[in-house]
This record gives sequence, structure tokens and C-alpha cells, in this order.
Amino acid sequence: MAVCVAVIAKENYPLYIRSVPTENELKFHYMVHTSLDVVDEKISAMGKALVDQRELYLGLLYPTEDYKVYGYVTNSKVKFVMVVDSSNTALRDNEIRSMFRKLHNSYTDVMCNPFYTPGDRIQSRAFDGMVTSMMIQVC
Amino acid sequence: MEGLTLSDAEQKYYSDLFSYCDSESTKKVAAHGRVLELFRAAQLPNDVVHQIMELCGATRLGYFGRSQFYIALKLVAVAQSGFPLRVESINTVKDLPLPRFVASKNEQESRHAASYSSDSENQGSYSGVIPPPPGRGQVKKGSTSHDTGQPRTSADQQEPVSPVVSPQQSPPTSPHTWRKHSRHPSGGNSERPLAGPGPFWSPFGEAQSGSSAGDAVWSGHSPPPPQENWVSFADTPPTSTLLTMHPASVQDQTTVRTVASATTANEIRRQSSSYDDPWKITDEQRQYYVNQFKTIQPDLNGFIPGSAAKEFFTKSKLPILELSHIWELSDFDKDGALTLDEFCAAFHLVVARKNGYDLPEKLPESLMPKLIDLEDSADVGDQPGEVGYSGSPAEAPPSKSPSMPSLNQTWPELNQSSEQWETFSERSSSSQTLTQFDSNIAPADPDTAIVHPVPIRMTPSKIHMQEMELKRTGSDHTNPTSPLLVKTSDLSEENKINSSVKFASGNTVADGYSSSDSFTSDPEQIGNNVAHQRSHSGMSPDNTAPPPPPPRPQPSHSRSSSLDMNRTFSVTTGQQQAGVVAQPPAVPPRPQPSQAAGPVVHRPVDADGLITHTSTSPQQIPEQPNFADFSQFEVFAASNVNEEQDDEAEKHPEVLPVEKASDPASSLRVAKTDSKIEEKTAASAPANVSKGTTPLAPPPKPVRRRLKSEDELRPEVDEHTQKTGVLAAVLASQPSIPRSVGKDKKAIQASIRRNKETNTVLARLNSELQQQLKDVLEERISLEVQLEQLRPFSHL
Repeated sequence: MAVCVAVIAKENYPLYIRSVPTENELKFHYMVHTSLDVVDEKISAMGKALVDQRELYLGLLYPTEDYKVYGYVTNSKVKFVMVVDSSNTALRDNEIRSMFRKLHNSYTDVMCNPFYTPGDRIQSRAFDGMVTSMMIQVC
Repeated sequence: MEGLTLSDAEQKYYSDLFSYCDSESTKKVAAHGRVLELFRAAQLPNDVVHQIMELCGATRLGYFGRSQFYIALKLVAVAQSGFPLRVESINTVKDLPLPRFVASKNEQESRHAASYSSDSENQGSYSGVIPPPPGRGQVKKGSTSHDTGQPRTSADQQEPVSPVVSPQQSPPTSPHTWRKHSRHPSGGNSERPLAGPGPFWSPFGEAQSGSSAGDAVWSGHSPPPPQENWVSFADTPPTSTLLTMHPASVQDQTTVRTVASATTANEIRRQSSSYDDPWKITDEQRQYYVNQFKTIQPDLNGFIPGSAAKEFFTKSKLPILELSHIWELSDFDKDGALTLDEFCAAFHLVVARKNGYDLPEKLPESLMPKLIDLEDSADVGDQPGEVGYSGSPAEAPPSKSPSMPSLNQTWPELNQSSEQWETFSERSSSSQTLTQFDSNIAPADPDTAIVHPVPIRMTPSKIHMQEMELKRTGSDHTNPTSPLLVKTSDLSEENKINSSVKFASGNTVADGYSSSDSFTSDPEQIGNNVAHQRSHSGMSPDNTAPPPPPPRPQPSHSRSSSLDMNRTFSVTTGQQQAGVVAQPPAVPPRPQPSQAAGPVVHRPVDADGLITHTSTSPQQIPEQPNFADFSQFEVFAASNVNEEQDDEAEKHPEVLPVEKASDPASSLRVAKTDSKIEEKTAASAPANVSKGTTPLAPPPKPVRRRLKSEDELRPEVDEHTQKTGVLAAVLASQPSIPRSVGKDKKAIQASIRRNKETNTVLARLNSELQQQLKDVLEERISLEVQLEQLRPFSHL
């Protein structure tokens, strides 16, 4: 259902980015990159309150003509960005949340792997599989 | 990689060898596999072999591609020829003989090798060395030998087989065997000074090239065989058959040889030791993994943290990405640490990967950790649901014995049995008490009205009785049946331990098969209970049995014996029983009130009892409101009975215990209880001695009873009447209940009777349970004996 999924590290460089290769992926990369500003905005806005109370799911970051971009940030400032097709109206907020939850779980599994050093590109096959399952329907 | 030019003979020889080594047809041969064996068969020093491997680039790639393989073979030939190993020597050394791979060290072979070192393709020279038979003049390709060999093609085909056979048998004696074999088919070989196994390999290559060396040598000795060999070698099918024979021989060599290097060596051995099911871990491998696990984590139940595992597996020199994938596959519970099972799976995957097997996408079934259910059940102690978690009964706690699956399967049984054990007393006691009570009360009181409430009475008190029994089990050792009780406690403890530790013991299998992530059992317990485990595992099937049997036969037995026991018990466990007894009697009175017709015999008593109660009720009434809360807690019947009993009990000389009970009661309730009790005690001064023991051993119970009875009295007088009737009936049933003057006395007597009956019932229950315990213990002992008989070697 997602068209593009990206995992951004704390320093705002991508750990993992993958999009459905229907057309130029660069567009998606650009969208993800611009969405980072929105994410930071949202984080800082809520940052006044206790960080613990901050909701991990950021919701719709910004809509474009064809796509909607959703964001999710972990407590370690690792950001998940998901681009979905606007025409896919069936997608509800809960579904987006569940997708982010799955992403987060897979990400923690990757982190648990001692052979993975944080900051590396995520090359886990399990993670790839999970992301594929999320994106497969768009294809 | 420098270009490699091979002669035709070499080409063919090498391709055959490569196809032989490339059993998986993956166009590449994993290092440390057959290739290594092959190179070792070349009788080269190890360092030379390593050098060759390095030169050919296999070390870089991690496997042998076809080109690397060819280069390696060429280098082997170079080395065998005595030339220094150089990359350039691949092509510079001319007239290199084919590499020789022998299964045994034989001087003759080396001599022949030396002879081979000469131009292998120069048949003329060979023929010059050894008078070649006319037909053998053309060694090249052995094509010419076809002429002579064709008629003997069939025999020839036998010939090549024999050389191959001999090395398999015993390399050192191969020459002789070779000779024998060679003679056997041909029958004409005068002598075969050639080193047996040596030429076997070379003939292959030579067959391709019709190398004159072997043929020449052979021809020198016996014309027919070489020709036959030629023919056989020339023909591809025989060659292929020969080649197919090689795997066996190579494997034999493999098993004979022992690899010295650390992990790689072991991995090679692992590989050679049959990957029938690619992901199955053999026992030998398992043991090795466990030993490796112990080097990192001595506690077989513990975890290997991720960092330690990373260091360990990084030593295998696999790429980090693959190690990462292996970790993903093997860390089943995603906790960042490896249990023993996970570690074995990871190690197995590493070994497989090093041997060229591709990593699976999902963890194979045979590698899945099998103790997931163990963790869950071990913690909670409930088993049946959890047992089926991992999807296979064998996944239950791995037991220490080699028969892991069997013990694993017994584990669920054990769990269930332990459950049954734990609930055993309740179940059996309940049924027994029910039965007991009926039988006990029925004869005593012909009035059916009384009989009815009896069963009901037992039900709620059953729990108390069980509690009493448990308390008695734990504390009372003066009981004649105390040994049984103790045994029961031990057994129950063992069962509990088994249920919890079996996971652990399973985990701490000698082989370390099991791995428990969340086991908290101590290794000591594990060690102690391992033995128990076996016995219990043996018992497990029977553990399920004991609970059912007791209800059927024992009631009869228990009755017969319990009566006696009751008397004996009453002396020793009177106090405890009294307390317990006090409760059951409390039950009947209440149901009786529901019955319109009470026991006629006991009516007067009831009336007295009622009067007594009523008399006391006003005293209790003011206090009853205090106990209002408690009235709802327990069975009304019990409360009523208790109340009456309390009244009567208080009138007993054993006022002190009542007071004791009252003390806790006061702690529970208020001093009002005490006041009430005191009043009652005062009223019941002339106690009925019929009841020798006061059911006041458990202070809280009498207190409760009292309170409840008060509550009962307050709301329903009728019930009291009935209850008193029941009580009176119970009391009447008991012998020697003199009707003392005064309502209080009668009430006391009734309560005494009731208590006595309760005592009897409880005592009977006790005896029955003890009997059951004895039976179960005996069964257990017999099972253990059987186990020992069946497993004599377990003690070896």
C-alpha cells in the first residue's frame, strides 16, 4: 500500500529507503527528504512537553497532489517516513499506524542483531521482506 | 589468474576431477570439501596444499571455480613433480605429469610418480623404459588400445573397478589388494609392483590422455591390464563409474583423515559426515556445538550475549552480511542473545555456509529452537497449553537422556501429571470425602434428610480438609501415617520441582540440547532432578493414573481402614482434625433447615439446640452485625454448623482452644467475638466429654464458624432449627452423648457430635489419601525399577 518507505537516522541520513519502482524513484527520495523538515517541526513542537508523552506516530506530514506522506519517529530520533498514494482512499489512519508499528518492530529486530552496527544501511532480509509486504499491493 | 593451458589429457582429467568434486553441480567447489581431500590425496605437505590453494585464488574466492580448480590441479602436478610452486609454473613447466592423488603413501607410488614425472605424454619414452606390448604402443587417448582392449572391454571394465575398490579397503595394503584385484579379473598379472592406489588416480587422468606412464608401467608388468585400463578409461561410462566410485573412496579417506585446523577442520568433518537432511544436526555436531557454547557460556541454560556471539562467529570469516542474516535466522526470540538451541542453529548455519550451502530464507524446522514452550511453561508452571506451543511434542523440555524426543514427549505428560498431582488431593479427596461422608452418615443416621446435606457439607469443607491435610502433611509428623504424608509432600515437591525443573533439567541436558531462555531453575536443581526427571518421566504416564484410581477402589479401603485410623488419628491429630471437623459439621445444619422434615430423633435435640442457639442468639445478635461481612464469605451451612459447634464447643471443657480460636477471631473481627465466645464458654461450662478433641486446632476456622453461625442465626431461625437438627443428628449419631441438663449442654453435645463426625470423616479422608499416596509411591518405585531394568546402560 505504501509507495515508498524510508528509515532515516537521527542525523537525517537515510538508513533504508525503498520505493515501488513504478517511475523515477528520485521523486520519492526528494519527497522523503523534504518531509524531514516537517518531522523536525513536529518534534520540536511537541518537545516542550515531556519527551515520553510524545506520540511516536506523527500522522500526515503533508499531502501533495498525488501522494500523502506520513511520519513516525522513535524515541531515539529515528524517523520512519512512508509515502502512500493519495488515490488509495481505503487507507485509514489505523492501518498507517499498524504499518508503522510493524516497521518499528522490524527495526528493533534489526537493531538486536549484533552484527548490525547502528548507523549502517539496513540490509536485513527480514526487514526487506517486511517492507515488501507493505508495498506489494501497490505493484 | 594467468591463462592456463592444458593438454587434452589434462583437460579431460581435470574436468573429470572437477565434476567429481563438484557434486552439487554448482560449477564451483567449496573449499575444504572433497577438494581438500583430493589435495591431501596428492600426498603433498599441508603447507604446499595451502600454497596451492592460495595461488589458484581459491582462498580469495572462498571456493574453487572451475578455473581455480584446474590451476590447483596443475599446481599439484607441479608440486608432485618437485618443481617449486609458482604462479608462472602453471604454464611454464612443460610436460607436466598429471597430478597424482593417492590414498596411501607408498614408496612404489612415489617411485612411479617419479617415473611419471617424465613426459607423460611421451609414450615413446615410456615404451622405451618398459617394453610396451604391441598393442600398447599408443597410449595416448588409449584409442589405439581399443583395438586390443575391445575384446576385453567387459573385463576391462572390471579392471578399473578393482583399482578403485582397493583403496577403499585399506590404503596401506592397497598395493597388494590392487595386485590381487588386478589379478583377479585378468588373472594374468604376474606382478603389480605399482603402488596400488597411486595409479588408480592417475589412470583416470591417464585414461583421458592415455598417459603412457601408468600404462607403460603397467604394460611393463602385465600387458592386459593396462590395455584394459586404457579401454576402460577411454570409455567414458567406465570412467564415470570409476569416478562415482571415488566418492566412496574419498569419503573413506575423509573419515580416515583427521583435520587438524580448528573450526574449518571441524566444518569439513561436518560436511563429510553426511548432510542427508541438509539442516539436520547430527549428534556429533551437536556435541561440538555444545562444547563451543560452553566455552562462551558455561551455563547451558544461559544466554550468549550478542557481542560475544558476534566475536565468535566473526572468527568464521564469513561476510558480516551473511553473519547478520544467520543471526536473524537463528535468534528466534529476537532477544539479542543466543540460547543453546539458537547457538547450535547459528553454528550449524555457519558451517553450512562455509561448506557452500546457501543460507535459507527461513529457519529450517530442524534448527528451530525447541524450548519456547518450555520458557513459557517453566515460568508459569502450566503446561498443557504451553506445551503445544512450538508445535511439536518433542519440543518440550529436552531431557538429559539421549532419548530426547521421548523425554520431551513425556514432559507434557509430566506437566499434566504434575497438574494432576497438585489437584490430586482435591479431586480424590473430594470424591472420597463425598463417598465417605455418605457411607459414614447413612448408617449413622437413617434419616434421609440428614444424609442429603452430608454430601453438600463435604464439598465446601473439602477444601478445608485438603488444607488441613496439607498442613498436616507439612507439619504433622506424629501421625502414624506421617511417613506417607511426608512422602506425599516429597512427591509433590518433586513433582513441583519436576514440573518446573524439568524444563531446566531438560535444558541442562548433558548434550545441552535444550536451551531455556527464561528458566530460573538452578543448575543444582537441575542436576538433582535430572535423575528425578527420568524417574518422573517414567512415572509421568502413571502420574496421570493415580488420580483416577483412588476414587474407585480406595473409598472402600479407606473406609475400612480409616475407621481405625480415625481413632488413632483422633488422638494425635485431634486438634487439627477438630478444626477441620468443625467446619464440615457446620455445613449439614444449614442444608437441613431447608428440609422441612428433620430427623425426628434429633428433634428434641434440635429443639434444645435451637433453644440453645436462640438463647445464645440474642447474645450473638448484637455481635452479628459485626460479622455480617463474613456471612457472605463462606457457606452458610458451614457457618451455621460452625456456630452451633462453636456454641457447643465453647461449652466444652476445651474452652481454651475455643478461646484461642477466639483470639484469632478477634484479630479477624472484633472483641465482640470474644465476648460472645466467653458467653458461650460460660454457658457451656458443663462440657460434654464425648468429644475428646475440640475442633479448635485451626483457630481461624472456628472463629469463622462462630461468626458465620452468628450471622446465620440472625437471619434465619428456621435454618438454625434445621441446622441444629442436623447438628443434633450428627451429635446423636455419635455415641456417648449424654444429655446434660440445660440447653447449652445439649447444644454443646450436639456440636460435639458433629465435630466428632467431622473428625471421623476427615480422618477417613486422611487415611484414604495416605493410602493413595502409598499406592502412588509404590507405583513410582516400581516404575523406577522398571526404568532401571530397561535402561541398564544409563548407569554405566
